[in-house]
Amino acid sequence: MQLLVLSLVLLALTALGYRLGRGRALAVIDCHPRHLHSLPSYHGYWVAMWCGLPALLVLAGWLMFEPSLLRALVMSALPAELAGLPDERLALVYNEVRNVARYGHSASSAAVADAARHYASLRQTIFAAAALAALSLAIAGLVYARSRIHRQLRTRNRVESAIRVFLIAASLVAIFTTIGIVLSLLFESLRFFQSVSVSEFLFGTSWSPQMAIRSDQVGSSGAFGAVPLFTGTLLIAGIALLVAVPLGLLSAVYMAEYAAPRFRAVVKPLLEILAGIPTVVYGFFAALTVAPFIRDAGTALGLTVASESALAAGLVMGIMIIPFVSSLADDVITAVPHSLREGSYGLGATKSETITLVVLPAALPGIVGGVLLAASRAIGETMIVVMAAGLAANLTANPLEAVTTVTTQIVTLLVGDQEFDSPKTLAAFALGLVLFTITLALNMVALSIVNRYREKYD
Amino acid sequence: MSHSPSLPAKVRARDINVHYGDKHALKHVDLDIHAHEVVALIGPSGCGKSTFLRCINRMNDQVDSARVTGLLTLDGDDIYDRAVDVVQLRARVGMVFQKPNPFPKSIFDNVAYGPRIHGMARDQAELDEIVMTSLERAGLLAEVRDRLDEPGTSLSGGQQQRLCIARAIAVSPELILMDEPCSALDPIATARVEELIDELRENFTIVIVTHSMQQAARVSQRTAFFHLGELVEVGDTEQIFTNPQHPLTQGYITGRFG
Ligand SMILES: Nc1ncnc2c1ncn2[C@@H]1O[C@H](COP(=O)(O)OP(=O)(O)O)[C@@H](O)[C@H]1O
Ligand SMILES: [Mg+2]
Repeated sequence: MQLLVLSLVLLALTALGYRLGRGRALAVIDCHPRHLHSLPSYHGYWVAMWCGLPALLVLAGWLMFEPSLLRALVMSALPAELAGLPDERLALVYNEVRNVARYGHSASSAAVADAARHYASLRQTIFAAAALAALSLAIAGLVYARSRIHRQLRTRNRVESAIRVFLIAASLVAIFTTIGIVLSLLFESLRFFQSVSVSEFLFGTSWSPQMAIRSDQVGSSGAFGAVPLFTGTLLIAGIALLVAVPLGLLSAVYMAEYAAPRFRAVVKPLLEILAGIPTVVYGFFAALTVAPFIRDAGTALGLTVASESALAAGLVMGIMIIPFVSSLADDVITAVPHSLREGSYGLGATKSETITLVVLPAALPGIVGGVLLAASRAIGETMIVVMAAGLAANLTANPLEAVTTVTTQIVTLLVGDQEFDSPKTLAAFALGLVLFTITLALNMVALSIVNRYREKYD
Repeated sequence: MSHSPSLPAKVRARDINVHYGDKHALKHVDLDIHAHEVVALIGPSGCGKSTFLRCINRMNDQVDSARVTGLLTLDGDDIYDRAVDVVQLRARVGMVFQKPNPFPKSIFDNVAYGPRIHGMARDQAELDEIVMTSLERAGLLAEVRDRLDEPGTSLSGGQQQRLCIARAIAVSPELILMDEPCSALDPIATARVEELIDELRENFTIVIVTHSMQQAARVSQRTAFFHLGELVEVGDTEQIFTNPQHPLTQGYITGRFG
């Protein structure tokens, strides 16, 4: 609440800074903008920045450091009876102090109540100090910047470079987050590979990632051969592609070459809705509708079908990735120059000859790119397989059996209570690393193919 | 040099009208084209030259809004008769476009495209023969003899256009339609294509749309001048350029408009 008011006041000051800066710039030159190096509004932005940015930094610093500062101050002032407690207890006490001070819980002892009062007053003081600092910095910045305004002041350049710094900072956040994720994947995987060898993980054919709590337990040693996971992933993704590539490609050809414009305008967005359905919906569709149907159909034919078959998950996933194939294929087919089609018609080719002999070969790189993107999506897809593909790490190529995938196993490894140093948990990072490497490679190949194609028919 | 009026026309157009939706793009055009002559269609942009050209191989069928009326015959047969198969018609009437448009295939496959879809060759040797002769006739063989496997798009613009001409003559058409075939080419490539057109006249009948008066004068025996969808004047090229009958024609060829 206080923070909200403070922010609003600062915002108002910043706006005022803009107006004052602009007004001052106009006054300096008697309303002849041509005499000014930069447009008046740039002077306004410049003053606003001087006013708002330092205050913003102070506020950000306060938000970041307030909790640890408070904690240090409150802890150091604790009475001896509490201060002597062991660390874990101390943490509990501090928690209680906080809850008492902030949410009005009742204190369990007088010492805690005292500490809570101390906490509350400290918190007020720190906030007041921060607010005061922010406000005075804002006003000082405003006054300083406004007084600096003169004809030759190059505020345009300064504002532009400030904007550039902002943009760089924004992209750095994204880049560093990505790098951080990759590094953490790498390091945790390295820890995993200290207890399980790389070759066992990549080439072992048995997967049962339990870890013993006591060493004399039955099945005390886990097996971390990930091959059944890889084959399961490939099997399901393969089935998905078998569904999605023909359906997606044919519907793209129809949309791009045959459909009347009005039909296309209605149906294309409908097809793209498929991509917007939450995957969890596909998941229960697969688990509750498709899988039982396949089992019943299989039983009627005298086949044994697992209730969680690779086929069910693959089929539904195939439906899900149809838009990835069709949408991109449609784009590249439409991008094939009309002159090529006319050239073919002019030689007496029929529509289907033109499509198969000229249009599709010309669009092929783009189509391949789309298929690779769809494949990477299928390999990384989690929800459908978690719900429909089962957990049995069977090494099989039979689509009627249950298989499991890399993503499913990562989920099962990490749900529930975890110790963060057991190979069981760390295995998830190694699996994640493999998954990341594969999808990254697929995406890069796909994008480079698509881009090369774009250059050709700009 | 000029046609002999006693021979029946290769192409006869009578009262041809073309509408694109509400737009009346071609108005009451009557024109005869005789075998083994080059007819140039000239006129300012948008006057309907391409539209007329595209009537002859029914390329306008491709445009949903286009409606063609009138009588158009090829060797006496109505082109717009219901019984006519456009696939066969287009095998008899080849077309070369303004911008060279080789298929994204090898040079060989570009030329072999037409013969293949029309089943013209019984075996590979025959196909090779057709491709080589067509490249030879298009004056391209010497330049591409040892790079037939390279993509057609790797050729220069002028070579690409001659490849498109080779591709068109590979299906042995009787008539070749050319829509500003040199407008995307440099002067040297243009001269090469113009020479080629003159050679091709021996075996084919050619209708060429051009924006260049000099080109019309150099390659054609007869010239037709279009203006705002109407055929204003048609006659021997020499007469059109030295002694135009219609003031519009005169204005256009002397460069007063267009
Ligand atoms: N596909 C089309 N749809 C609608 N109008 C067209 C189409 N093609 C050509 N036109 C119109 O018909 C007229 C004649 O065009 P065109 O035959 O291409 O002229 P030219 O080749 O002589 O420059 C122009 O006014 C043009 O705008
Ligand atoms: Mg034209």
